[in-house]
Amino acid sequence: MDFYIVAGLEVISGVATLVLVAVGLAIVFGMMRVINLAHGEFLMLGAYTAITATNAGINIFVSMLVIAPIVVGLLGIVVERVIIRYLYGRLMDTMLATWGLSLLFIGVVTMVFGNTTSGISSPLGPVTIGSVSTSGYKFFIIAVTICVIVGLYILFKRTRFGLIARATMQNPDMAATLGVDPNRTYAATFGLGAALAGLAGGVIAPVTGIVPTIGVVFGAKAFITVIGGGGSVIIGTISASSVFGTINQVTSFVSTPVMGEVAMLLAAIILVRLLPTGITGRFFKGGI
Amino acid sequence: MTPLVKTENLGIHFGGLKALNNVNFTLAPGELRCLIGPNGAGKTTFFRLLTGVHRPSVGTVQIAGASVVGSQTHEIAELGVGIKTQIPSLFENLSVRENIWLSARKRNTRRAADEITEEVLVRTELESVASTNVIKLAHGQWQTVELAVVMAGRPKLVLLDEPAAGMTGYEREKTARLIEEMNKDHAIIVVEHDMEFIKMIAKTITVFNRGEVLMEDTADSVLNNERVKEVYLGKQAGGVTL
Amino acid sequence: MTGKMNDIVSSGLAGSLALAAAFLMPLFFNDWELLQLMIYVILSMLALSLAFIWGFGGILSFGHAVFFGLGAYAYAIAAANFGETTLPLLLSIAVPSVFAVLFGYFMLYGRISDVYLGAITLSLTLVFEKFMNSTAGPQYVIGEARLGGANGIPSIPRLNVPGFPDWVLSTSDLFGLCVILLAGVYIGLKFLISSDFGRIIIAVRENEMRAELLGYDARKYKLITFVIGAAIAGLAGCLFANWGGFISPKVFALSQSIQIIIWVVFGGVGTLVGPILGCMLIQWFTTYLTTVNIINKDVVLGALLTAVVLLLPSGLIPTIQRLINKIRLPRNTTARIAVEKAESRP
Repeated sequence: MDFYIVAGLEVISGVATLVLVAVGLAIVFGMMRVINLAHGEFLMLGAYTAITATNAGINIFVSMLVIAPIVVGLLGIVVERVIIRYLYGRLMDTMLATWGLSLLFIGVVTMVFGNTTSGISSPLGPVTIGSVSTSGYKFFIIAVTICVIVGLYILFKRTRFGLIARATMQNPDMAATLGVDPNRTYAATFGLGAALAGLAGGVIAPVTGIVPTIGVVFGAKAFITVIGGGGSVIIGTISASSVFGTINQVTSFVSTPVMGEVAMLLAAIILVRLLPTGITGRFFKGGI
Repeated sequence: MTPLVKTENLGIHFGGLKALNNVNFTLAPGELRCLIGPNGAGKTTFFRLLTGVHRPSVGTVQIAGASVVGSQTHEIAELGVGIKTQIPSLFENLSVRENIWLSARKRNTRRAADEITEEVLVRTELESVASTNVIKLAHGQWQTVELAVVMAGRPKLVLLDEPAAGMTGYEREKTARLIEEMNKDHAIIVVEHDMEFIKMIAKTITVFNRGEVLMEDTADSVLNNERVKEVYLGKQAGGVTL
Repeated sequence: MTGKMNDIVSSGLAGSLALAAAFLMPLFFNDWELLQLMIYVILSMLALSLAFIWGFGGILSFGHAVFFGLGAYAYAIAAANFGETTLPLLLSIAVPSVFAVLFGYFMLYGRISDVYLGAITLSLTLVFEKFMNSTAGPQYVIGEARLGGANGIPSIPRLNVPGFPDWVLSTSDLFGLCVILLAGVYIGLKFLISSDFGRIIIAVRENEMRAELLGYDARKYKLITFVIGAAIAGLAGCLFANWGGFISPKVFALSQSIQIIIWVVFGGVGTLVGPILGCMLIQWFTTYLTTVNIINKDVVLGALLTAVVLLLPSGLIPTIQRLINKIRLPRNTTARIAVEKAESRP
C-alpha cells in the first residue's frame, strides 16, 4: 500500500513538474502563436538566478519564487522587444531565431559559470508515509504548480489584463480600436511566459544538478507538451503533461529513467502525429 | 449515357448546422452548368464536396462513375477533373509558363507538355507575360492564368469557383469566351456571383438556397423565376454584381 | 527550358575543381593537414543534404542529424562485423534511407504542418541521443560491435577498395574520395532539381494545395525528397566515421542538428552552393574560436543564427548575389526576378 502511495506521489509530482515547465511556453504559443525555443534556457537562467541569489545570502524561497521569475520575466520582455516583435506571423523564423538565442544563452552562462554542475540543497527534509519516506519537496512542487494554475486561471478569466490579452490574441486590429496597444500586450504576455519559465527553473534548482545545457531537454519537453496539448493553454498543458508525465514516470519505474524519457518522447511523436491539433484541439475545444 | 457527375442524397453537417442537405445533382458529359445562390446557400460547400476538400456526412458523390467519397484531392484530380478554387491558388514564384507546364506535364510526356503549354499560352492571350512570375501579375490576369492551368490539364470535367471575380469589361468577356470554348470539349460547372457574367455564359442553372437545391432549369426560366428573384435577385435592380 | 546550360557549366566546373583537388592537394599537404580539410568536405555534404530537403522540398527537419548518425553507426557496426567494407558502405546509405521511408511515411502522410513537424523531428533526435547514451552495458552488442553508450565506438575500420579487404584507403585516398563524392552529390542534386521531378517538388513547396489540384500527390514527392536527403546524410555519416575512426552518440545530439540548420540558413535556403560555403566558413570560424579561446563558440553560433534570421532572411549567398546585381545591372528586371526566385523561401 505504502509503495503505491509513494509511486502515485512520484507520478503526480512528475506531472506537476511538467506542467510548471511547459505552462509559460503554452501561454506564449496559445496567445501569440509563437514557439520560443529559448524557453528551456529561460528556465536554466531562472535556476542560475535562484542559485546565485541564495548563495548571496537571500532566503531560498524568495530567490526561487520571487527573484528568479522577475529577473527572467524582465529578460523576456527585452527579448520580445528586440527580436520577437519583428517576426510575428513567421512561425518558423521565430523558432530559428529563438533557437539561436538559446545557444547564445548557453554560451554566455558557460563562460560565466563554467561547464560544471551548480546546485543548492533542498530546503525541505524527508516526509514519512507509513513505512516509506519520501522527499517533502515533492509536495512543495505540487503546491507551487496548483497555485500557478489557479493564479493563471484568475488572471485570464477575471482580470482586465486577461480580457485584453485574450481579445488581442483573437483580433489585434479590433483590440487596437478599443484603445489597447497590442505591442504592450504582446510584450507583457511574452514576459509572463518567460517569468513562468524562470519560476520553474528556480523551483527545480534544488532537486536537479544545474549545468548550462540543462534547458535543452526541459525546453524540448515543454515544446512537445505544448504541441501535444493543443490550443487551450491551461487544459492543454495539464492534459498533455498528465499523459506524458505518467508515461515517463511509469516507464522509469519498470525500466530506467532514460527509458522513461525515451518512452515519453516516442509517445509525443505518436500523439502529435495522430492528433495534429493536440489533445484540446480534439476533445476540449475553446477553453483556455 | 452515364452522367459525368452524380450525387445522391448528398449532405454535410458542421456541428448542428446543415450546410448542405439532400442534394441530388447530375451533370451530363459536355454540359455547362452554372450554380448560383445567395451567400451561405451551400454552393461553395457543394463545390468542396466535389473536390474532396470536405467529406460528406451522408450521401454519395460519383465522378465518371467512380465514387470519390474519402478520396484525396489529387486522386480526384487524376480522374480528369480540373479545378479552379475560389481563392486564387497558383505557384506565385514561378512564371506563367511554368504554372501551365506543371499542369500539362501531369498526364503528358515532357515534349507534349511543352507543346500544350505554348498552345494554351496563345489561346489565353498570355504570351506577353509567359516568363513573368505570377506574383507580379494584376488580379484579373491571375484568373486567366488559372483558367489556362485548368485548360492545360485537358480535363474531362472542369470545376470553376468564381472565375470572373474581380474582372471587368474586356477581361470578363474574354473569360466568358474561354469558358464557352472550353465547353466544346469539356463539361463545366461554374459557381458564380456575377449575374452579368452568368447571363453571358449560362445554359442551365442550378439555384441553391439554404443548403438545398431550390430549382434547376434553363437560364431564361431561372432568371425570370419569381422565387429565385425573391431569394436572390430581389434586392438588386437590374442584376448588379453581388 | 532555360538554365540547362548554366547547370552544365557549373557542374563541369565543380567536377573539374573536385578532380583537381582530389589529385593535387595530397601533393601539397601532409596527412594531418588533409584530415583538417577533409572534415569540411564531409560536413559540407551533410549541409547539402539538408539544403536539398529544406530548400527544395520545403521540409525543415529539426532532427536531421539522426540520419547522419544512423549512417555513421550503420557503417561502424557493419565494418566491425564484416571486415570488408563495401557492404558497410552500402548499409550506411541504406539504413538511414529505409528509416527515412518509414518515418517520413508516418510523418508526411499525416499532412502535419511545420511546427508539428518540428516537434516530431526534435523528439526523434532526442530519442536517438538518449537511447544511444544508455547502451554502455555489455548486453548492447550487435555481432562483434559493442555500442558503448556515451563512449561510442572506437577504432572503426577504414574503407578498403571494394573486393580487396587488405587494400585500405590511405588518408590522401580518403580525402580524394570525399572531395569527389561531394562534387558528385552536388552535381547529382543540381540535375535532379532541374529535372521534371525537381520542378514538381519546387511546385509542391510553393503551393502544396495547387499541386494536389493538378493531380500530383504532394506527400509522395515530399517523401522521396526526404529519403534522398537522408541517404546523402547517411553517406556523410559513413565518411565521418572513416574520418575519425570513432563515433559517439554526440552525432545524434540536438546541437548537431541545429549546427546543420545554421549552415543552411547562413548560406541561404533554396541554394546548393550557399550551404556548402556556409558550412565551410562557420566550421572554419568556430574551429578558430576554439583555438584562440576568447569567446564560447555557442555564443557566436547563436548570435549568428538569430542575426541572420532577423537581418538577412534570404541568407548569405542570395544577399551577395543581389548586391552584385544591384551594382552591375541597375533596374534589370530579369536579374531581379532571378534573384527573387532564388530568395523565395518555403
